[in-house]
Amino acid sequence: MSDASLSALAAQLAAKQVSSRELAQQYLDRIATLNPSINAFITLDADKTLAEAAVADALIAAGKAGPLTGVPIAHKDIFCTDGWLTTCGSKMLHNFVAPYDAHVIQRFKAAGMPSLGKTNMDEFAMGSSNETSYFGAVKNPWNTAYVPGGSSGGAAACVAARMAPAATGTDTGGSIRQPAALCGITGLKPTYGLVSRFGMIAFASSLDQAGPMAPSAEDCALLLNVMTGFDPNDSTSLERDKEDYTRDLEQPLSGLRVGLPREFFAEGLNNEVAAAVDAAVAELKKLGATTVEISLANSKLAIPVYYVLAPAEASSNLSRFDGVRYGYRAPEYTNLDDMYCKTRAQGFGVEVKRRIMIGAYVLSHGYYDAYYLQAQKIRRLIADDFSAAFKTCDVILGPTAPGTAFALGEKSDDPVEMYLNDLYTIPANLAGLPGMSLPCGFDAKGLPIGLQLVGNYFSEAKMLNVAHQFQRATDWHKRLPPLGEASGERR
Amino acid sequence: MSLSPDDVKRIARLARIEIDDAQARATQGQLNTIFDLIATMQAVDTSGIAPMAHAQEVTQRLRADIVTETDRHAAFQAVAPAVENDLYLVPKVIE
Repeated sequence: MSDASLSALAAQLAAKQVSSRELAQQYLDRIATLNPSINAFITLDADKTLAEAAVADALIAAGKAGPLTGVPIAHKDIFCTDGWLTTCGSKMLHNFVAPYDAHVIQRFKAAGMPSLGKTNMDEFAMGSSNETSYFGAVKNPWNTAYVPGGSSGGAAACVAARMAPAATGTDTGGSIRQPAALCGITGLKPTYGLVSRFGMIAFASSLDQAGPMAPSAEDCALLLNVMTGFDPNDSTSLERDKEDYTRDLEQPLSGLRVGLPREFFAEGLNNEVAAAVDAAVAELKKLGATTVEISLANSKLAIPVYYVLAPAEASSNLSRFDGVRYGYRAPEYTNLDDMYCKTRAQGFGVEVKRRIMIGAYVLSHGYYDAYYLQAQKIRRLIADDFSAAFKTCDVILGPTAPGTAFALGEKSDDPVEMYLNDLYTIPANLAGLPGMSLPCGFDAKGLPIGLQLVGNYFSEAKMLNVAHQFQRATDWHKRLPPLGEASGERR
Repeated sequence: MSLSPDDVKRIARLARIEIDDAQARATQGQLNTIFDLIATMQAVDTSGIAPMAHAQEVTQRLRADIVTETDRHAAFQAVAPAVENDLYLVPKVIE
């Protein structure tokens, strides 16, 4: 059961071999066993899950099932979910029960997919290790002494441990792709604007994008069919014709031009990761692809640019957390201003405060041109590099992260060292391009290695085609972490 | 560029985050490391480059000027720290 693909689960449901309630219960049982050692879920509510599954069973019985009706899914705790605790991994929202559904949640509900619960994450999605969560770090299912990556670390870990067949994530600088890589699953960040941000708690609005996380590219294609679509409630939602992202999965790769950015294979890349990515390139060549060397010369500036733009947007977005309308309020204060300052000092964690302060500074009087405007100009240069590259290739390939998972606590005292984890993922966010990560091997410690694909705008179907064909020829995405099933402890 | 503890306290004040002297000193070093990283941007010649604010060149949509929201103040205020007579309560700001 726990290793079935989404299409296999849907087929079992359609054939009435299992009901949605039974399926949900099986996953809830597995969560009860494994979650205490992984900490992937913040909130579970079996009654709600099973009630949603009963609705799905009624749809199936009435012959009104869609492609994934009855298949359960886990949602990142960044999505407002009506009646569910929605914390964004923060003390600031530790008591916030959302009074409405995010657009993404609405779509999965409409598709008849019951929610298994809300997954752990770095606080306000600010982190690359899941260690900044107010609810404790998530552990990597491949080795619980290691981080799962972040910020969608709970989502990646729950899928890797098969506590859920799929999960939602969000990606501002790599928060879907990097944890997908570190946990050995497949994750896709769509073109900016394809998935509505309505009800998704904002971090950096010009970069935030939700996407699917699941074992395989085929699963992600099915989930993307559910998630994408115009939403008038998001001013940046794009009005486009509906696509079927599974349409090109079975296309052969002959003639595919794979661009290899030399900057992504330079100093700083772990040797084992480089070897695994090289082997993946060789596999794609066997499938008929050709390679072309490209340059993304300004990509080395992506981290400094990102650490101006994202904190600037965050400092504005997070100003709404003031202890007045929702969430945490400091217990003692002398006046309104003191209430704001104490509420925010006590309600936000160290990393979130650090980024708000960076943002407040780069936007402050006298510094705007030197920081914010300069960063926006370099953002253009980075996007232009991609446009030039896509004149000579169909998809760009490289590592997702410079290394594999690191030990819990290893980088938590050094913010810059932590930020460098997103070296290869941030450029796609700045340009607004789709990017995905898929498993392509393991290091000597048995930790997964991620392969990144970046496509041109709206080329998700092509990227999923490449990933699916690679996954037909390899079995990295089918490997399972060595979890002690009975005790929930690592073997 | 190097921030002093007083700079850090000024930034925290802008961000409405209470910070004491010890925290300001601890934060100072980490912010300076991050701003050293950010400073690598300054070497890039960007004259003539148009700033990119957004990934997609789209303009704001307009909609018909009609009421689309229902009154859900009870649900929205149910999650507020302090409410009385349908009003959010905050410390007195006008003497």
